[in-house]
Amino acid sequence: MSMVSTFSPVDPNRIGHDNRVASAEAEALGRGAGGPAPKYIVVSYGFWIFLLSDIVMFSAFFAAFQVLAGQSPDMAPRFDLDDVAIETGCLLVSSFLCGVAALSARRRNLMATEFFLLLTGLFGAGFLLLELKEFTGLVVQHMGPADGAYYSGFFALVGCHGLHVTAGLLWLGTMMAQIWAKGFRQDILRRLVCFSLFWHALDIVWVGIFSFVYLMRFAP
Amino acid sequence: MSKRPQEDDASPGLELEAPENFSRGLQSYLIGLALAVGLTVASFWAVRTNLIYGPGVPVALVAFAIAQMGIHLVFFLHITTGPDNTNNVLALAFGVLIVGLVVFGSLWIMANLNHNMIPMKQLMDMQR
Repeated sequence: MSMVSTFSPVDPNRIGHDNRVASAEAEALGRGAGGPAPKYIVVSYGFWIFLLSDIVMFSAFFAAFQVLAGQSPDMAPRFDLDDVAIETGCLLVSSFLCGVAALSARRRNLMATEFFLLLTGLFGAGFLLLELKEFTGLVVQHMGPADGAYYSGFFALVGCHGLHVTAGLLWLGTMMAQIWAKGFRQDILRRLVCFSLFWHALDIVWVGIFSFVYLMRFAP
Repeated sequence: MSKRPQEDDASPGLELEAPENFSRGLQSYLIGLALAVGLTVASFWAVRTNLIYGPGVPVALVAFAIAQMGIHLVFFLHITTGPDNTNNVLALAFGVLIVGLVVFGSLWIMANLNHNMIPMKQLMDMQR
């Protein structure tokens, strides 16, 4: 079955296209010419729209934090940069392992997929534990979300990211169970693609947080 | 199904039906990991070193952060220039526009309001 061979161009002379480009365009996915895009492309596009709107929401929290921090620059606590570095490492390795899990799933290797998803979750949990340790430390020192505009902005932004990671961990557990119980069905694989997009996007938000919230305070 | 005409047209690691590309996919993730680790280390190094001119450190942080976001987009999220990614790239461009408007618009407006405020001391004196 070939959709490509039955494709007849509207412009038979292919003005402005050499043959190589024309055939590549006709057979390329996603431009309509080669038939409808595969479902996983459509699904990941929809999920990408969601992720971008999530990032737009985060940008509002970033803006609020920057404004509030700019008005009370002396309120900033002395963050423990070593903890922040370990958190960053945890999330980065977790993101990488999630990619390896997605590759294993494409290979239909059940044990490898589950193993790398488990590791992904463990590093994500390590990140969350360190973040909770930092939060409780701040609250104990009367630097909780209700103790000043700076801390309100800080907890709203970093806490919102932490909540996303928590939700991601729940989703990760669900995905492990679904792959285990239902196998590598196409719909399960599409869900896994969406999950890995979500997990990588959280890492992008964290890059903004550790650069602009934590490290910026240590700039001379 | 006809076979995929141009391997280069596809985003690396996004084919659900391509089991033979494991090592190539892994290689791409490893490159992404190495670059991201390098940029993270550079960011943490930039605030501790005396080698960078002080007021230049925030600029370096911004540059490293944007570079690392780009690395994540390309190597982890597989946003490429391939035809199957045109929609994703356009959506990303729109997202970047909105993020820029929200962040820089807020900072600009708030800085402007702050500039036009009566100085705090004068305000306190008036309230007496």
